[in-house]
Amino acid sequence: MAHPILEFDRGREVEFNFEGRRIRAFESESIAAALVAEGILTLGWSPKRRRPRGFFCGIGKCSSCLMTVDGVPNVRTCITPVRDGVEVRRQRPLGELPKAPPPEAKAGELDVDLLVIGGGPAGLSAAIEASRLGARVAIADENVRPGGQLIKQTHKFFGSRENYAGVRGIEIARILLRELDGLSATWLTRATVIADYAGRSHDVVVSTPEGPWRIRADAVVVSTGATENMIPFPNNDLPGVMGAGGLQTLMHVFGVVPGESALIVGAGNVGLILAYQLLQAGVDVKAIVEIMPKIGGYAVHAAKVRRMGVPILLRHTLRRAVGRERVEGAEIVRVDESFRPIEGTEERFDVDMIVLAVGLTPSTEVPRQAGAAWDYVPELGGPVPIHDPYLRTSVEGMYVAGDSSGIEEATTAMLEGRVAGAHAAAELGLRPDRAEGVIKEALRQLESFRSGPFSAKVVRGKQRVWERAREVIG
Amino acid sequence: MSEPGVIPEDVLAELLPPDEKAEGRAVAVIECHEEIPCDTCRWVCPVKAVIKPAITTPPRCDWDACIGCGTCVLACPGLAIFMVKLDGEWAEVSVPYEFLPVPKRGEVVWALDRVGRRVATAEVVRAVTSKDRTSMVTIRVPRGLAHSVRAILPPEEGTEG
Repeated sequence: MAHPILEFDRGREVEFNFEGRRIRAFESESIAAALVAEGILTLGWSPKRRRPRGFFCGIGKCSSCLMTVDGVPNVRTCITPVRDGVEVRRQRPLGELPKAPPPEAKAGELDVDLLVIGGGPAGLSAAIEASRLGARVAIADENVRPGGQLIKQTHKFFGSRENYAGVRGIEIARILLRELDGLSATWLTRATVIADYAGRSHDVVVSTPEGPWRIRADAVVVSTGATENMIPFPNNDLPGVMGAGGLQTLMHVFGVVPGESALIVGAGNVGLILAYQLLQAGVDVKAIVEIMPKIGGYAVHAAKVRRMGVPILLRHTLRRAVGRERVEGAEIVRVDESFRPIEGTEERFDVDMIVLAVGLTPSTEVPRQAGAAWDYVPELGGPVPIHDPYLRTSVEGMYVAGDSSGIEEATTAMLEGRVAGAHAAAELGLRPDRAEGVIKEALRQLESFRSGPFSAKVVRGKQRVWERAREVIG
Repeated sequence: MSEPGVIPEDVLAELLPPDEKAEGRAVAVIECHEEIPCDTCRWVCPVKAVIKPAITTPPRCDWDACIGCGTCVLACPGLAIFMVKLDGEWAEVSVPYEFLPVPKRGEVVWALDRVGRRVATAEVVRAVTSKDRTSMVTIRVPRGLAHSVRAILPPEEGTEG
């Protein structure tokens, strides 16, 4: 089916082996996406009860799609591209380590001024600013395609003109990547940072398909994004229960629509936008349930789906997912003032997808491993590295930007990235006068963007973190 | 309590143009009343008819200045701007549209209200599509529906539009 916004360049057709079955796919697809497109929704089983598990996050964070690929166990198939002739099997339930030693891998080495970890809106912006100021920059990103979550955002962004307001996320990704192309940053794709041994400089170990890399950097910007939240309800692990971002990845990166009808949990901006995107992909959206007495997202996003006939059921929650091997239905229930289910108000929807849009948690593994001070800040989505307004953490030369510094928006991620990238470059002595101007302007735009009531919570969280930063950052 | 995603009546009344401002000429109706950090409508307007002092101030349309060009309808990231032209017994309502297929002039579509109810069938009088793939579809509805119709649905399709 044609998509009103996207065109898919699927590339060459390839064929791979899945448990003795030949699966046709496109070279642009991940293994997990190709399997889902074939209708194979069970990607593994839970270790104890052998419950089927399926596609959830789509960006290598949730471990729901670990499979054995060419004999290598625990491969995150959602961020592993298909190749001709590759052997894929599910693990029953855990993978087995290969008996033979791995082939000799040639380690890469790199010496840079700045290493950016994560190539989404924050990381790209940091890399662009630092490169512009003359820094030698490397970017490590886990995914096949760079751009982070921007490459799934088919809607136009809010904001001001200088921050790409009115431009779709997918187009912003193209603009940033083009800009970076003209500079001389080194890209490592499908590259997972394992550890940052931070001392006087940063000694970073990176796992890539070719083997391990060792990158020495004077500064590091951590822009690793976030992980989708899960909520407790019976059968929440059934294939067909997906994260909103995971489903966006399937639909908008791979052009795979894994069902015909959906129930969405959560009426924040993510849930509301996703409902509209599902309609655009031809999916019947039965309802959006929201446990709070009001929607969390913008009224305009809610209006878009209401006028297309999608109900938003406030004070409702998901009681259980229905189905044995995959989602066949969703049972919802009304809740009282203390969010307790009201017996007798259950309602069942026949849907094959249940989409969770119930918030995100910052991905902070790298700063925490490196010893950065952190705190649990509910306003920012959970544990965040303590950072100052320049995004400096307590680890010398380590910055954090975007969702990994606190859940917010792509626009603020880009601005934070610019601040961090410019500040890191200036600290290295690279054109500090010009860097100062960049930082000042980005901070001004951040303040303006955060001036409304919708940002009040985030601002409260950031202020607490900045306050703590005065104690822990020298 | 008002319906989620539906502008409360009293707020809506403030956003709608008085009849005389829209009689015989199309004007923008900006159904955006929250303090969202966005000012796309302000800077795309070729005649500076959108009043928005700060980025988080809800926009207002200066209907005397508005020329009904539809630029803001196509640009608004919230798809929250419409156009209305009153014309005797009839009205033309322009809505942003991002589904396929985009209906063509002369086709008859369902006219939907703010909660997706099919309140009339309506003829498409115009459809334009921007470079970034948002369309603006203008339909003709009875005058009484000028301020309740806010979406369209091709008749042969189900919910997907």
